[in-house]
Amino acid sequence: MDKKVTTPIHSSARRNFLKQSSAMVALALAPPTILKAGDKKVEDQIAGYFEKVPVKLEINGKAHALSIEPRVTLLDLLREQLHLTGTKKGCDHGQCGACTVHINGKRVNACLTLAVMQGGNKITTIEGLANGDELHPMQEAFIKHDGFQCGYCTPGQIMSAVACVKEGHAESDDDIREYMSGNICRCGCYTNIVDAIKDAKKGGKSL
Amino acid sequence: MINFQYLRADTQKKAIDALAKDASAQFIAGGTNLVDLMKKGVTSPQRIVDITHLPLKQIEKVPGYTRIGSLALNSEVAEHELIKNNHPLLSLALQAGASPQLRNMATVGGNIMQRTRCTYFYDTEMPCNKRIPGSGCGALQGYNRMHAIFGASDKCIAVHPSDMCVALVALDAKVLVSGPKGNRRIEFEDFHRLPGNDAAKDNVLQQGELITGIEIPDHPFTKNIHYLKIRDRASYAFALISVAATLDIQNNVIQDVRLAMGGVAHKPWRLPAAEEFLKGKKVSEEIFREAAKIAMNGSKAYEHNAFKLKMAPAAIIESLKIAAKLD
Repeated sequence: MDKKVTTPIHSSARRNFLKQSSAMVALALAPPTILKAGDKKVEDQIAGYFEKVPVKLEINGKAHALSIEPRVTLLDLLREQLHLTGTKKGCDHGQCGACTVHINGKRVNACLTLAVMQGGNKITTIEGLANGDELHPMQEAFIKHDGFQCGYCTPGQIMSAVACVKEGHAESDDDIREYMSGNICRCGCYTNIVDAIKDAKKGGKSL
Repeated sequence: MINFQYLRADTQKKAIDALAKDASAQFIAGGTNLVDLMKKGVTSPQRIVDITHLPLKQIEKVPGYTRIGSLALNSEVAEHELIKNNHPLLSLALQAGASPQLRNMATVGGNIMQRTRCTYFYDTEMPCNKRIPGSGCGALQGYNRMHAIFGASDKCIAVHPSDMCVALVALDAKVLVSGPKGNRRIEFEDFHRLPGNDAAKDNVLQQGELITGIEIPDHPFTKNIHYLKIRDRASYAFALISVAATLDIQNNVIQDVRLAMGGVAHKPWRLPAAEEFLKGKKVSEEIFREAAKIAMNGSKAYEHNAFKLKMAPAAIIESLKIAAKLD
């Protein structure tokens, strides 16, 4: 790949441009009721409208004190602000499962979760599964059984698979297929994913 | 997504006040439907009131009823021993809906409040009386394969997408509501409405009213139950047709029965005439066929969903047979 494309100068310039243009779009979209308000109130109200909200949460064991725009999803917070890009954006509408993370141990779609609502919660992403260089048993099982081809859905599949076993929903092949139905694999690695989950469960290591 | 003001309600009263005073505000709990609609530009509230910190998560047995808080998660309700033992139909219906991830986010109240999945409602380039009253119905002359066969109007032929609600209407549940004018208890059957001339209104809630929970009266339907869901793939898809069937059978005679369908109307669709017909009859495939015929009275198909007129009675018969353990 041409290195110039990814130089910091280019990417930060692009990011600044996006920031400026999105701010302009945001102003243009400010509701008329707010713009009609009394002079002094206008600035306050617009500020209130775009107010960032302080949120404290824990991600992969690390405490974060963040300031978040209300419309930012947990997925965008992880990827864009915290650069935890292991969690993938697939459909961005809760239909594919690529963004699956755990909140307080429960699997959810990060794309439909507002980050601002997650104060005090413990979030685990694919980056938080391995113990240093030692892979999580589910990660090992996916490699052993070739549970992926392109790999894009894999972080979501693995996060979902870990929860699936913990919930007690991996008792049979049918059970696994039903309870993994929220994770779509367009390469069609389903049979190997089922094998990987059975193997990880059988391994009996702590998931 | 257009930005909005975020408000966290720490009391029920504050939540209700926030909405009662501001027509552009909406409650948020699981967010699985609302966030999606906001991303698509179908709805763009100026203020979001987070109700997830209200103490409305309990699942409990009270004399005569089971009471479920509106913030109980779909997954928690489905897996709860009390629900599995006393209301297995509700468990089955919940498990048939969405995906494990979404069920871990979605609440009971949010499930009741979810909007239709009609593609013309979701596509902001298309006319839709539910999204923009008076703009017309894109589905009426469009691709209406997923649409209603009961109770539709020329203003809207969308269907209610919930599985949970099909079980709740069959079980005579009540919706507990709190609002600026006090509390009320709404029969599940009366909660959702038919489109008529006002497709924008999905239900009878008034501005500022908050669903605080549901109550399911005690019933004998724990043995002979089935929730049949027919969809385009084996799991994780909305119903083409679904049927909730429960029977109370004594000495091979049907003492009582509940039947409801999903994927066929603007609301979860109870089948009272078919129920009435079955009461007191001996269990047989013939009477199930007769009941299915009665249930289809008044049905009407559109260009692409005529298959539902055959699929629906077949699904009713199949569901009753499985519930009655006939095969």
